[in-house]
Amino acid sequence: MRLPEQTHAGLVAAAALAVTAVLAGVSLKLGGFDPFQAGAAMVRGSLGGRSALLSVTLVRSVPLILTGLAVALAFRAGVWNIGAEGQLYAGAVAAVWVGLEGGGLPAPILIVAVLLAAGVGGAAWALVPALMRFRMGVGEVITTILMNFVAIYLAAWLVHGPLQESRGVFPQTEQIVGAARLPPLVEGARLHWGFVLAVVLAVVLWAFVRWTVPGFRIRAVGASPEAARIAGRINPDKVALRAFLVSGALAGLAGGVEVAGVTFALYEGLSPGWGYTAIAVALLAGLNPLGVLFTGFLFGALQGGAGAMQREAGIPSAWVGAVEALAILSVLAVDQIRRRRIPILRAGTVVTQEQADD
Amino acid sequence: MIELAALATFLEASVRLGVPLGLAAIGETVTERSGVINIGLEGSIIAGALAGALGALAFGSAGAGVVVGAGGGLVVALVFAVFAVGLGTDQIITGTAVTLGGLGFTGAVYQARFGVTGTALSLPTLPVMEIPLLSRIPLVGHALFAQAPTAYFAYLAAPAAWYFLFRTEWGLELRAVGEEPSAAAAAGVRVRWTRIWAALFGGAMAGVAGAHLALAHAGTFSENMSAGRGFIAIAVVVLGRWNPVLVFLAALFFGAASAAQFFLQTLGLDLPYQLFLTLPYLLTLAALAGWVGKSRAPAALARPWPPAEG
Repeated sequence: MRLPEQTHAGLVAAAALAVTAVLAGVSLKLGGFDPFQAGAAMVRGSLGGRSALLSVTLVRSVPLILTGLAVALAFRAGVWNIGAEGQLYAGAVAAVWVGLEGGGLPAPILIVAVLLAAGVGGAAWALVPALMRFRMGVGEVITTILMNFVAIYLAAWLVHGPLQESRGVFPQTEQIVGAARLPPLVEGARLHWGFVLAVVLAVVLWAFVRWTVPGFRIRAVGASPEAARIAGRINPDKVALRAFLVSGALAGLAGGVEVAGVTFALYEGLSPGWGYTAIAVALLAGLNPLGVLFTGFLFGALQGGAGAMQREAGIPSAWVGAVEALAILSVLAVDQIRRRRIPILRAGTVVTQEQADD
Repeated sequence: MIELAALATFLEASVRLGVPLGLAAIGETVTERSGVINIGLEGSIIAGALAGALGALAFGSAGAGVVVGAGGGLVVALVFAVFAVGLGTDQIITGTAVTLGGLGFTGAVYQARFGVTGTALSLPTLPVMEIPLLSRIPLVGHALFAQAPTAYFAYLAAPAAWYFLFRTEWGLELRAVGEEPSAAAAAGVRVRWTRIWAALFGGAMAGVAGAHLALAHAGTFSENMSAGRGFIAIAVVVLGRWNPVLVFLAALFFGAASAAQFFLQTLGLDLPYQLFLTLPYLLTLAALAGWVGKSRAPAALARPWPPAEG
């Protein structure tokens, strides 16, 4: 499997962003829209003013950063976790369950319990495809995707059935108790402490992958499991399994943070596909946790500005999904062209799995 | 007698729900036999559904819609093939992007054309064609032979794809490309062209599957109506051991899993609707867990060719 390399990741990201912007503009033009009006609406809606930034864009970027970190870590370890979406829902369900039941505990303890439950829920959801891969040899790509559908429908069942609010009107749970909620970060805005948590986790994960022995093992296994086993006496399955579970926990945390910081309840369609957008977030960041902070913010702005774009320029909100796809394809193409066609930029490349295999 | 009627309804629904899965899975079987796994199948299905709907509206005929739908699925697969085969990008990530893009673009086009609130679109539908005599076979006759024309297309496509893969020279070349691309190349087979054609065929079949979803029974298009069928189809290919005929039978089995909802309801078993929806996915997971050791994927599946160099 081939992934964008760490070297030149910034260069690749910048070029890919430029390509994405041009293609997005062209597609709008072909659809009969005004790309510049759309761009202006998007910037106004996502960055134009205190409320747009602190109540929309940054709030949106929190689950994208957390799921982006989940995907980045898994891909680094050579684990194709396409299941962040389902793990997010599993985390959200666990968080709501603790937040509803755990009355009586004081705020700081209950919040920690809610977030821990979310992480455990996400890791548990990742455990099924992980065991299927490492015990039965079933590739995780399809199984993680299938688990997404199961999680989404189970969450839908919970909010229509056993966990539905007592009034029984809306398909959603009761609100979690006040002590289980993440407090707001800025007075008068929706931004909550989950944002700080996301930033701290990104820095911690970056340092972990870069400077610790387990982090090195993950990089080694992701680059070449065979070489890691032979030259490094590393058990590649063990390392990849752990990375898979931590990845699931991070995605689950995204669901828990969303429940504890924004919605205070579980409902159908809690996530508009953050677990999939996370793949674009992670790849554009070159799988670098610090880069994920930036690209998570970028896609948060894109999603945050989508509403304004629809109101002011009449552009369908679903188009944002297409832009995310364009971003992934641009990263792949730019990286590939740099790798294959322009020898001068090839200096300092690392060995990837195929090269080690061949 | 009520049970018998329920069983007949169940069998009919099994075939009706199994056919789109089967169409997409037969196409993906050929694609994977060439060494390419196309996770973008879901994108081809949804594009086929929208293109089929627009084509049926434009030409006023559901049959024309199916042809346009095949074209829609093919265009999406072309994007995938240009990246994953032409440029040699990672097949899993490229396929994921193509699925996201397919869902996003079709949603945007649909919203732009028919409005966000969208009163349900009413399309010309494919007629149910009863085959004389065959449809009179007790129990299964009506289920199998009183279906939309796309179902009959699937019945023919499965053995045709088998014959192509295992009894023709082109089929042999295609399988060689999927097993040992370097050896195939040395023998004069054009590896990348073979893979591109195989991916395009898979996309066109997925497009027909999407058009079937929109035109055969629903008579409408809705966003995300492919509902993960592309991913189940990829699992079905594994269960059918990359043999088009077995793959189609496996698809019918999963149609039955989806149709169990109707059957169990008529028997008075009232499980909540959302739990029924998880059934096909859970069964697919269980089947993968129990089955996968017994089958072997094409050796070069998901590996780019030519192999990457520094």
